[in-house]
Amino acid sequence: MEDKKEELAKTSGDNDPRIIAFVCNWCTYSGADLAGTSRMKYADNVRVIKLPCSGRIDPMFIVEAFKKGAKGVLISGCHPGDCHYISGNYHSRRKYAIFRNLLGFLGVDLNRVEFSWVSASEGNKWVHIINEFTDKIKSLKNGSNDIFKK
Amino acid sequence: MSRIGVFVCWCGSNIAGTVDVEKVRDEASKIPGVVSAVDYKYMCSDPGQNSLRNVIKEKNLTGVVLAACSPHMHENTFRKAAIKEGLNPYFVEIANIREQVSWVHDDKERATSKAVDLMTMMVEKVKRDRSIDDVKVPLHKKTLVIGGGISGIQAALDIANGGVEVLLVEKEPSIGGRMIQLDETFPTLDCSSCIMTPKMVEVNQHPNIKLYTYSEVTDVSGYIGNFKIKIKKKARSVVEKDCTGCGNCWNVCPMHKNVKSEFNVNLSERTAIYVPFPQAVPLIPALDRAVCLHFKKGGKCVKCYEACGPKCIDFNLQDEIVEETVGAIVAATGYDLIENSLYGEYGYGKYKDVVSGLQFERLLSASGPTEGLVKRPSDGATPKTIVFIQCVGSRDPEKGVPYCSKVCCMYTAKHAKLFAHKVHGSQSYVFYIDIRATSKGYEEFVRGTMEQDGAIYLRGRVSRIYEDEGKLIIKGADTLSGNQVEIAADMVVLATGVIPKKGSDKVAQMLGISYDKYGFYTESHPKLRPTESSTAGIFLAGMAQGPRDIPESVVSGSAAASKILGLFSKDEYEVEGTIASVNEATCVACFYCRRVCAYNAISGKDIKDRSGKLIKVVANVNPGLCVGCGACVNACFSKTIDVKGFMDDQIYAEIRSLSV
Repeated sequence: MEDKKEELAKTSGDNDPRIIAFVCNWCTYSGADLAGTSRMKYADNVRVIKLPCSGRIDPMFIVEAFKKGAKGVLISGCHPGDCHYISGNYHSRRKYAIFRNLLGFLGVDLNRVEFSWVSASEGNKWVHIINEFTDKIKSLKNGSNDIFKK
Repeated sequence: MSRIGVFVCWCGSNIAGTVDVEKVRDEASKIPGVVSAVDYKYMCSDPGQNSLRNVIKEKNLTGVVLAACSPHMHENTFRKAAIKEGLNPYFVEIANIREQVSWVHDDKERATSKAVDLMTMMVEKVKRDRSIDDVKVPLHKKTLVIGGGISGIQAALDIANGGVEVLLVEKEPSIGGRMIQLDETFPTLDCSSCIMTPKMVEVNQHPNIKLYTYSEVTDVSGYIGNFKIKIKKKARSVVEKDCTGCGNCWNVCPMHKNVKSEFNVNLSERTAIYVPFPQAVPLIPALDRAVCLHFKKGGKCVKCYEACGPKCIDFNLQDEIVEETVGAIVAATGYDLIENSLYGEYGYGKYKDVVSGLQFERLLSASGPTEGLVKRPSDGATPKTIVFIQCVGSRDPEKGVPYCSKVCCMYTAKHAKLFAHKVHGSQSYVFYIDIRATSKGYEEFVRGTMEQDGAIYLRGRVSRIYEDEGKLIIKGADTLSGNQVEIAADMVVLATGVIPKKGSDKVAQMLGISYDKYGFYTESHPKLRPTESSTAGIFLAGMAQGPRDIPESVVSGSAAASKILGLFSKDEYEVEGTIASVNEATCVACFYCRRVCAYNAISGKDIKDRSGKLIKVVANVNPGLCVGCGACVNACFSKTIDVKGFMDDQIYAEIRSLSV
């Protein structure tokens, strides 16, 4: 069943990519909330998964997201120095830096993974990142299709 | 089998205007495990909450999903409602379809589809929720205060007056810290020792304060409410209970010309057995074994012992370790001055008459080496002209520190003022970058130094100081007039910037609190939690956090005290249950989790068989320290450690629910 779905996603040509965002509870999730309270508008392709800290984001989550048909994955936490848990965002950054190389080695188009810092006061930055990232993925040669580079 | 209730909130038209709430409700009812799906205008209202409670009761729900506003808004509201029906509050999950759907998207169909996704995600999560109990930690109602300066003293007194026992630990033989070294204090010019000594005496006499001077905290373990500490009482060589503070011992000590007095910042000498200053609290001398002839010359000199009436000098006393348990700690370790020798061009160390601000305090002080008469260190003559240089080391990223030391503008203005009062007909020059005088009465004080006391303020820096025919020649710039200036002065005072006390980083490492790149302790939140360290139960006060003046230090000491008294107003400290837990069956004790834990929450635990034989060691999470960030989960190779409320299987289920 699930394989079929994936197959379907690969062939669908409506260029409507699914984006999964893994965000921390304290900064980015609150920043996204602020975009809402400020009634800013942004692309509706993103689905947010809330975690306590960006340090909790396991690289395997990214793999799982791609496996389940996501065409873009965003990771976002508190700015360096602002982590609610002192150093979780540094762990996240290091892990990501290494894991990104591995994804590239596997042939994943690295335009499809994005890492950012969004603070609780940066509703506009969240909007900007989501819109840019969505546009970027839509503009990729494979668009909503294969996540691998051809 | 899960019995889940989904509640879709309209939030008036806030959600219902953009999201087809009925569609969300209908989609919810199709998900396996969902036994009830309803929509309602305002779930947070009393009738809304009552309907939630009714459904929990009637359908015997095992989980609740609210598709509503942000969890940061009403998660607590709904959790409380669940508790009332006997459902563990952690079985309540929120799908944020207002802040992150209806308010940010326009297309109703697509917004609805996103709302369905978020709702489904939370249903999958709540299916895998476990009952979580909040952790209660007993509180040992005793406090350790590290540092006997003004902020530590203030904290100790406030806590002790609140009825809680305090252990005040000071490294030096007397409490008093930096403040007792000062002459008069800005902007009121009240004498520092006049306002400080009564407080020091109060500390010594307070029934709730146990004072440990000439002592250091050597070990801290445990967590909020239950810190196990070790205090090293350095061997004073004096039996404290018998000493009367008469002074016979230090009066006969032959080492009176050889040891520089720390208290007078090397401007005078002290003996080997000494009290740092006459008003020391406690008034009990300490014998400095590093310089004492008895210890250096194999026991030959016993002059102090012979002179001592109560015979309380005991050369054989050893360091003593005291073990205590406390519930909270205040770190008030204070500050040092930047090394002036960094500034060779100012001639500090080369010319005796170039002194630091703190040395000048001692020259002004009635208890100082000159008994309050301003005299040059070189020849004892009264200086007629003094040049003050501000920002020595501060605001200088190249050689010193980039930050502003905050107190130097004010103490320089005070020095110039006191100099004018003490030496009539004298002249001060002050080189400055900016004048920062921002507290109550400060600007007026600096103005007074300029206008009434005639100090000449020159905006600019000094490039060089050299000696010529008994005078110090200061070459500098006056950037306001655009001229180079050259002043022949009798003395130069460097307004040296402040840095954290030497060794305060070691204290931080021992306490497990964080500090910035300069070594100042960092607050849990710089604005909203300015007195708390990153570790629960450890509070901060005074200059150890960063440059501040006396009133601010006092405020921070009191603030730490009020936090601790608040903490101790209950018998137990409640910690949210969403913390890490270890599966002891699969843990291989690699302790990668411990390496990434910023809170020192992970330790080793021995697993023994019935006969007491060690089988293996596993990681163990201290609930008093763990905050549930989950950094350890990603470090764990054997997938042994997981954080409650955000377990791996839950996150994967959320991702899977988003399959396209």
